[in-house]
Amino acid sequence: MEKEITVTLNGDPKTVTVEPRLLLVHLIRENLNATGTHIGCDTSNCGACTVLLDGKSVKSCTILAIQANGKKITTVEGLATAAGLHPLQEGFKENHALHCGFCTPGMMMRAVELLEKNPNPTEEEIRRGISGNLCRCTGYNNIVKAIQYAGAKLRGEKLPSTEPVFV
Amino acid sequence: MIQERKTSKEISGMGHSMKRKEDGRFIQGKGHYVDDIKLDGMLYMDIVRSPYAYAKIKSIKIEKAMATPGVVAVVTGRDLEKYNLHWMPTLMSDTQMVLPTDTVMYQAQEVAAVIATSRYAAADGVEAVEVEYEVMKPLMDPYKALAPGAPLLRPDKKDKKDNHIWHWEAGDRKKTDKLFETAEVKVKEEIYLPRIHVASIETCGCVASYDKVNNYLTMYMTTQAPHAIRTVIALVAGHVGLTEEKIRVISPDIGGGFGGKVPVYPGYVIAIAVSFLVGKPVKWIEDRSENLQADSFARDYHITAEMAGTKAGKIQGIRFKVLADHGYTDAAANPSKYPLGLFSICTGSYDYDTAFIESDAVYTNKPPGGVAYRCSFRVTEAVHAIERITDKFAATIGKDPAAFRMQNFIKKEQFPWKSPTGWTYDSGDYAPALQKAMDVIGYDKMRKEQVEKRKKGEIMGIGICSFTEIVGAGPSKDFDILGIKMFDSAEIRVHPTGKALARFGTKSQGQGHETTYAQIIAEELGIPAENIQVEEGDTDTAPYGLGTYASRSTPTAGAAAAMASRKLRDKARKIAAYLLEVSEADLEWVPGKFFVKGAPEKSKTIQELVFAAYTNHPPGMEAGFEATHYYDPPNLTFPFGSYICVVDIDKETCEIKVRRFVAIDDCGNIINPMIVQGQVHGGLTQGIAPAMYEELIYDDEGNILNGTLMDYLVPTAVESPSWETGHTCTPSPHHPIGAKGVGESPTVGAPPAIANAIIDALSPYGITHMDIPITPYKVWKALKEKGVVKAI
Repeated sequence: MEKEITVTLNGDPKTVTVEPRLLLVHLIRENLNATGTHIGCDTSNCGACTVLLDGKSVKSCTILAIQANGKKITTVEGLATAAGLHPLQEGFKENHALHCGFCTPGMMMRAVELLEKNPNPTEEEIRRGISGNLCRCTGYNNIVKAIQYAGAKLRGEKLPSTEPVFV
Repeated sequence: MIQERKTSKEISGMGHSMKRKEDGRFIQGKGHYVDDIKLDGMLYMDIVRSPYAYAKIKSIKIEKAMATPGVVAVVTGRDLEKYNLHWMPTLMSDTQMVLPTDTVMYQAQEVAAVIATSRYAAADGVEAVEVEYEVMKPLMDPYKALAPGAPLLRPDKKDKKDNHIWHWEAGDRKKTDKLFETAEVKVKEEIYLPRIHVASIETCGCVASYDKVNNYLTMYMTTQAPHAIRTVIALVAGHVGLTEEKIRVISPDIGGGFGGKVPVYPGYVIAIAVSFLVGKPVKWIEDRSENLQADSFARDYHITAEMAGTKAGKIQGIRFKVLADHGYTDAAANPSKYPLGLFSICTGSYDYDTAFIESDAVYTNKPPGGVAYRCSFRVTEAVHAIERITDKFAATIGKDPAAFRMQNFIKKEQFPWKSPTGWTYDSGDYAPALQKAMDVIGYDKMRKEQVEKRKKGEIMGIGICSFTEIVGAGPSKDFDILGIKMFDSAEIRVHPTGKALARFGTKSQGQGHETTYAQIIAEELGIPAENIQVEEGDTDTAPYGLGTYASRSTPTAGAAAAMASRKLRDKARKIAAYLLEVSEADLEWVPGKFFVKGAPEKSKTIQELVFAAYTNHPPGMEAGFEATHYYDPPNLTFPFGSYICVVDIDKETCEIKVRRFVAIDDCGNIINPMIVQGQVHGGLTQGIAPAMYEELIYDDEGNILNGTLMDYLVPTAVESPSWETGHTCTPSPHHPIGAKGVGESPTVGAPPAIANAIIDALSPYGITHMDIPITPYKVWKALKEKGVVKAI
């Protein structure tokens, strides 16, 4: 009843034998040992497990591993390149957009697709765009700033100040 | 006052918005959380939970579960009973079941544990365990549980004749009752703060790994207090040979805590017991639903709040009565001496000398708990009550709530201020914080706009909260948990090349300790914060401490970092005197070096002095450059702030929109403004959460009605407003670096500001109080009752 599947994880092809019921998030974390993708709920509400599947952001707890057969998976481990951090990674660090770090990988993976579809989003569009991802620590202000920062960097524009306005 | 930076950006001591040192691993998926741990031969545990709130267990059949592929064991209370491990002590010296032998006391209580070779097989096993129950009628209402003749919930407790747990008082009953007999104005409100859940995005879990050969337990777990947990494990399991030197607790990266990772949950104990018996590592990671339904709750206080004063607007006293619903056992996370936590800070920011608080706690068929939800031991409940009743008093005598607060604030020159319930507020300057919040939001203009809107029938409200927090537990004369005094510690080891390793008894769960502790040491020693590696969470390497919760890390371990650094600076001075051939008194310190007074060219850098400690130390001096300090704070710290919230309410849908929210915080001297601001943002969102969205709801049969994240509403980026933040600076006079805790102030201060704004908005319709969470439906119902909106 087990089935052999092949996925490309962050550029590397992987062939594994899995139970049909195995969730994609468990394939990534347990079978492929990429633990940067997290699990925060059991009802697809928190978004901590968000990854890119053929470039589209998905909650990997809501998809079966076998549905990813033949597809490309990108996780947080695949964001940085030889040239350095992804603009979102840089934006999150520079703008203090993470505290405990648990929601961060999912939040960034969601934001990758958000910025691809809408390279210059308004604050309102960012807030709606990440509303499938919960963060319990930061209050979201700085996550919004981080995504704006990454947007500016991807557009090749002048970067907004990262100094906190705490008068 | 304005805090001055004493160090350069290169050193990055206090006051620098240094980017966080820990972020590199988190943004690259290299954080190391408990569920990321995989050990050879590791087994997985899953838990069978009760579908009923109150039931006798007639039988547990495990045959089908044992026949399930991959299942290796099923553990029940009867199995643990053989080792006397079926009950455990709680932090409040009550008792809690690890696994039941006879009766389940709340829905989702642990009934049995299934151990298997994979996560999925364990879950299959859970489905196959057959439990037969005899269902009983649960006691869900704390008032009914206290009524004469109520069924006894804890017959296991020999001295208990009813469901009453404890009675606790503070203040002066006689004086307060007398005031309330004669006062010109008295106001009263019944306030309920419902059960809520911290819901950190990472749930709880552990990997218990017992090495039979060496009789040594390594326990990786989601705990905010690893040292205290190790001591508790030794107390519970010492009789089977697991003594404290044979236990190592490692708290890896923690995905949010907020108090929910302070208690010891049954799952941890079962995992240890199983690993001990089978000699293999056992992983237990709870699901979100289990986390919401069974792990420690917060709040659940029924408060009667009264305030007395004059028609002219002088507050003269308060009288509060609290009924605390603890569920089936008192497993609250409070210092031993304070069963009501620090609720007696409820006299607030105002100048009067009469107060009385009495409280009772009761057993019901709800899950145990009583954790903080990002606050210092029940301060949120206290601040909500005082700030709601303050607004009600102002409204009753027709005063503006800002002017009323200004009139009654304790004044700067009155500090240190002795509160009517016995606390000594270390410092405060309340009026400037409120004034600043009023200036930023444009208070007078907002009030004018409100007048205009009301003429047009629109609903707009402005709410204020001027809170005083009490954090940094605490002085050893009053503060302990299970007898262990609430000091905390720092150990600094500077290597020959001048780079340091610093270890602490606390444990960050996102607060940024790896950065801020390094900055404190940088401030004191002049070693760049970049060159200071901070470690926490491993009981084999870190010095003993009580952990991170109740905003205590900066007040205790942060102070210890400064004190240990100063010991090292004293040593550096001795070495400098030796190397420069002058007396110690002739030396002057600037961050990073000692120089000879009047001859600044004659100097030695801290790096040179540390190197000398290993290579050329003075005769008679011990070599090396290390110091440890256990800091016992002389008092708590008392951060404060003033928050103003503006809401608009749609008259048709009754949707509540927080249009603006200005938070002015005062946490004394600031270590890292970026991190303080970030903490305030996050705390504010955890303030709007209970104010408008979150509540754990049970029906009369004890069923939890919203036990998943589908219907327990954690705010998203859409619900969370764009916060406006600022600060004033009133340093703590007793803390070595003048700092106070801050991570929880906003969670404490935001809910009453929001509630006060909504009530202010609805006040033209005769509405004077609503319990949180205030939802559109509650507003619609209230306005319908008043005939303002019509039934659909």
